[in-house]
Amino acid sequence: MMFTRAIESSGRQLWGLLSVPARQSSHFVYTPDAKAPNVEGPKTKMNMFTAINNALDQAMDRDATALVFGEDVAFGGVFRCSMGLQKKYGKGRVFNTPLCEQGIAGFAIGVANVGATAIAELQFADYMFPAFDQIVNEAAKNRYRSGNLFNCGSLTIRAPCGAVGHGALYHSQSPEAYFAHTPGLKIVVPRGPIKAKGLLLASIADKDPCIVLEPKTLYRASVEEVPDAYFESPIGKADVLRKGNDVTLIAWGTQIHVMTEVADMAKKQLGVNCEVIDLVSILPWDKETICNSVKKTGRAVIAHEAPLTCGFGAEIAAAIQEECFLHLEAPVQRVTGWDTPFPHVFEPFYLPDKHRCLDAIRKTIEY
Amino acid sequence: ADARAPRFPGATAPFTSNPQVTFAENVAPIPIYRVMDRDGIIEDKTQEPKLGQETVKKMFRDMVLLNTMDKILYESQRQGRISFYMTNFGEEASHIGSAAALTPDDLVYGQYREAGVLVWRGFTISEFIDQCYGNVDDEGKGRQMPVHYGSKKLNFVTISSPLATQIPQAAGAAYALKLKEGNNRCVIVYFGEGAASEGDCHAALNFAATLDAPVIFFCRNNGFAISTPSSEQYRGDGIAGRAAGYGMASIRVDGTDIMAVYNGTKVARDYVMSTNKPIILEAMSYRIGHHSTSDDSSAYRAPEELEVWNTVEHPINKLKNYMRSKRWWNEEDENAFVKSIRKQVLSQISLSEKKPKPDWREMFNDVYYDLPAHLSPQFYSIF
Repeated sequence: MMFTRAIESSGRQLWGLLSVPARQSSHFVYTPDAKAPNVEGPKTKMNMFTAINNALDQAMDRDATALVFGEDVAFGGVFRCSMGLQKKYGKGRVFNTPLCEQGIAGFAIGVANVGATAIAELQFADYMFPAFDQIVNEAAKNRYRSGNLFNCGSLTIRAPCGAVGHGALYHSQSPEAYFAHTPGLKIVVPRGPIKAKGLLLASIADKDPCIVLEPKTLYRASVEEVPDAYFESPIGKADVLRKGNDVTLIAWGTQIHVMTEVADMAKKQLGVNCEVIDLVSILPWDKETICNSVKKTGRAVIAHEAPLTCGFGAEIAAAIQEECFLHLEAPVQRVTGWDTPFPHVFEPFYLPDKHRCLDAIRKTIEY
Repeated sequence: ADARAPRFPGATAPFTSNPQVTFAENVAPIPIYRVMDRDGIIEDKTQEPKLGQETVKKMFRDMVLLNTMDKILYESQRQGRISFYMTNFGEEASHIGSAAALTPDDLVYGQYREAGVLVWRGFTISEFIDQCYGNVDDEGKGRQMPVHYGSKKLNFVTISSPLATQIPQAAGAAYALKLKEGNNRCVIVYFGEGAASEGDCHAALNFAATLDAPVIFFCRNNGFAISTPSSEQYRGDGIAGRAAGYGMASIRVDGTDIMAVYNGTKVARDYVMSTNKPIILEAMSYRIGHHSTSDDSSAYRAPEELEVWNTVEHPINKLKNYMRSKRWWNEEDENAFVKSIRKQVLSQISLSEKKPKPDWREMFNDVYYDLPAHLSPQFYSIF
């Protein structure tokens, strides 16, 4: 009886919190890249979708075999990433497909099998699962199983991912860990416009099938001065965004902006200097940069939006334990989404927000 | 336009004032195109392909080669010499007849029961057997199960086990080839009637139709998917019957009649290359052998049923009858040929068996274009 009442009362509190307009506000503060990429020439202010559009434009311009296709890409895409491309490159090269993810992935592998460049869009990362078989059993194993007689290396799959405030179960997912368990794939996640352009162009040029997971909440929210010229951002390389000596914070995508804010909070509230690292590339991942940092700081906090159990944080934590055992001053902390489906009205309580991340820093420092 | 006509964007159709149900049983089944009868007699002389004695002889020999090799490799699996095998019994004409109607440059995607296409294109007995043994001379480097053949030089994309995955891939390849200037290659993709139930087959047919991909969807309808008879696989008019639903052309042929398969494939190839549109070609046959060496088909069908398919309805017998009527066949020649193939296959088995396996390092190569940083410690940990 008492127990039931306690639940009811905390339940009422939850609903009270959700009813305030704060629900509409973003859970992160965007921090533009401090360091511009080493590219000559002018820059243009772009958000992430215009940077992606710019990258697709340059990829198609450089490579006459490059095709852009998926659901609703012809009119510019539901997130505007392919705006103007059909007009510029024609209906043969930029086109809508029927609504079928396994078809899009399979078709893309075939395009790549004959040496043309396939840039396929899956409308939401939540809808990649119908294509899971084509991606995991086919794209990833194409080169290996044929003894390198055939490959689909010129294949890139783009998919919007991550929390967006109100996306609920099927417009919020971060499926990187499912794919990270698959030898043969490369997986990258940009944190903003500059990185999105560089990573997308690198993925398109790469000789292996690549998945680019684009945090959709950044499409409009992130703005940076992006170089106009063609450039590539290396796959498999993490970025140390902020130097620090006390604790290493590891994240990717939108979560890196949470971590950057948390680093400020930790400095102000706890006097702790955080080293902030954007993993950038999930597969292959930059173990060296992470472990060098943890050997220096002795502490690590990993945060991702995806659920805890078997999330990619588990792989990083295990590697840190293995490589940095004698340097660790505290257990590796993981701050992640809960082991639940991604909820609608409870999103603010689901996400590994700055308060939960700061609490993890406090725990690791006080350990 | 008539202002009273239907305006719905989803279909071009008139109104009707009757509740008009379209019953499946009222739709006429697509007929099975046949050139020669069971006795090898050409029914309509205008349909006889002008192939010439040498080509017909090569067709016959390639079918016999495949059949002979199958018998020995099946037995060698039974003796535990290779781990797995799948025979092609009863479907030899589908392979050789279709392969002969294509150009060597046409790109082939297969399922696993299309070894005859490779025979026609010149894949050697040693290449087949080395793959089954996964030895140092297997171009696939011993990574896949037996019968998962592939050949870059023969434009035969490496086989994989997941059913139907190759079908949308073939559509994508055909689309990309179409955009190449002066393209004269089509794509043909083979699959069984069971695989046609997979979602990937639906995806592929719809993509090829809407995106105008010059691809021949060659369905080998042999009546069984392992133990599942086609009556439990679908209720419609086979696989060719689905084409109209996708707005696609179709043709159904007698898969035990090599002349019909040849002509049908020629027609299909001309169609896809001249229109840049896809076609379904359904070849009707009967899977005479077990599904694989891991299957005993007597558990789900009567041995008596096989008898007719092994004799009067057998593709090799039918072509033999045709050649007899032309006086192009003689018993001595065939016996000598079978004997020589048996000898070649047997000696190749003992050769392939003795060859070393590929360097163990090949386990790590080709996962990616380059060996990535995280894989090299695993590689070096084995030393």
